[in-house]
Amino acid sequence: MTDQLSQGCPGKQNSDPEKQMQKVIESTDISKAFGSTKALNDITFSVDESEIFGLIGPDGAGKTTLFRIIATLLRPDNGEMKVLGQDCITGFKELRRNIGYMPGRFSLYQDLTVEENLNFYATVFGTTVKENYDLISDIYSHIEPFKKRLTGKLSGGMKQKLALSCALIHKPKLLILDEPTTGVDAVSRYEFWAMLAKLRQHNITIIVSTPYMDEAMRCDRVALIQNGLILSVAPPQKIRDGFSRKLFMIKASEKYKLIIALRKYPGTVTAYPFGDSVHVTFSDDRIDESLFRFLSEEGLSNVTAGETEAGIEDRFLELMEKGATA
Amino acid sequence: MNEKVIYVKNLVKKFGSFVANDNLSFEVFGGEIFGFLGANGAGKTTAIRILSGLSSPTSGEVFVAGINASKNPEEIKKQIGYMSQKFSLYEDLTVKENIMLYGGIYGLSKSLIKERTDNLLEKLNFREYGDKLIAALPLGLRQKLAFSIAVFHEPKIVFLDEPTGGVDPITRRQFWEMIYETAARGITVFVTTHYMDEAEYCDRISIMSEGKIVALDTPENLKKLYNAGTVEEVFIKIARPVNN
Repeated sequence: MTDQLSQGCPGKQNSDPEKQMQKVIESTDISKAFGSTKALNDITFSVDESEIFGLIGPDGAGKTTLFRIIATLLRPDNGEMKVLGQDCITGFKELRRNIGYMPGRFSLYQDLTVEENLNFYATVFGTTVKENYDLISDIYSHIEPFKKRLTGKLSGGMKQKLALSCALIHKPKLLILDEPTTGVDAVSRYEFWAMLAKLRQHNITIIVSTPYMDEAMRCDRVALIQNGLILSVAPPQKIRDGFSRKLFMIKASEKYKLIIALRKYPGTVTAYPFGDSVHVTFSDDRIDESLFRFLSEEGLSNVTAGETEAGIEDRFLELMEKGATA
Repeated sequence: MNEKVIYVKNLVKKFGSFVANDNLSFEVFGGEIFGFLGANGAGKTTAIRILSGLSSPTSGEVFVAGINASKNPEEIKKQIGYMSQKFSLYEDLTVKENIMLYGGIYGLSKSLIKERTDNLLEKLNFREYGDKLIAALPLGLRQKLAFSIAVFHEPKIVFLDEPTGGVDPITRRQFWEMIYETAARGITVFVTTHYMDEAEYCDRISIMSEGKIVALDTPENLKKLYNAGTVEEVFIKIARPVNN
């Protein structure tokens, strides 16, 4: 297999048709075990250029292990991982220049200032802050006024912005983000995703893991992973639309009592709390009078019920219960 | 259950000239699930540390379980439970060892510890995990266990600091059912979270922004007040992230 990255000239790369069809990530039957624990099992999927690809799954599913393999930090036991056309094992040196990685824990030096961290990362990658400043300016401008502050003294949201700036400073082709928004408040999450969307204009491919289902909706495609297995890969809308039953939304004044009562009701298949209501599926896909009578007898008041559209989280809950492929 | 388990009036906490808590006033009642929200850096952790007896106010009145936090912070620790994401259990001890350790620290008798340990393991379906190291358990199970241990001594209030971060949607919901059940037993639950759907499970929520409380009410009322469909929308409207 020819190594197209090292053979193409910078100016001609985009016009090379073979290069255009090349996947940014191509994972084939990747497996990895730690002692007796099988962390990853025959993982096969691919990611296209300029995609925002989401990896969704619970803690312990294998997300970080997979990301470390993609980032050339961990060797798989079996299978093949090609990133930007190169094998992750033999091509790691070149790959590391073209990948930006933001690991789960903050990747910053707490006792350096904002400015010092950014300069450090630029230098380590053989570039300068000035060189690629246009790429990070939207993000970095939020924290630039505090560039002389020690990183350890920044709030969570600010650290995220700095970590992202440092991961981008060498203009990587692929950005790997491992749970970048865990522990960050809703406003900062919102802003973070707005920044990610803009990066697409620079032809940067992004693979990101998140436990937040609403963020899954912002990806072009998502892979659901559980217990080291990929359950489904598809655009989030398609995953959401795969919900197999009719979904109903039920509310009552007594939140907890309602959940207990619904689970007791013989017609209920699943009942999950969702914010201010409970999402329920029934064996005969409908609600009738008997439900209202039952709930009233259980002491519930102000009961409202109606059909509702399934969101991606409903579908994930369904898939996780089954552990099945979509 | 109209007992005021937490009473705060004009709480101020300063670090040098920086005002982390700026005149906070609020009350929390027995058996309530109270959501304490705010952007990173808004001052939540500072307030929780004062309520847990770990830090003292600069000025203002703070009473937790009827105890004056400025005068008797040590007494408070006996009346509360605490669980945070960063630290909850000793990884190199087993499930049973952790329970025994905390039971001992809370001052429970050996026989009471044994009895409650059996109940706890039964309830959580943890029989097979009793002698497993915490390090070997996945996050979701750890969090459930940590929560059970935090209320092992049946305190008046339990403080939960982002208890469900990173945990999958099924386990998160199971965790919240444990919270519901705990509150139904009369234990007040004071919880911070970044999951806005979890805010909807609370009886009342407060939102902090830049050291002040900018909203305090039931999720329903706040949504009406701010013309929002979800608590997330309310949050985005009024909680500014701290840019410093």
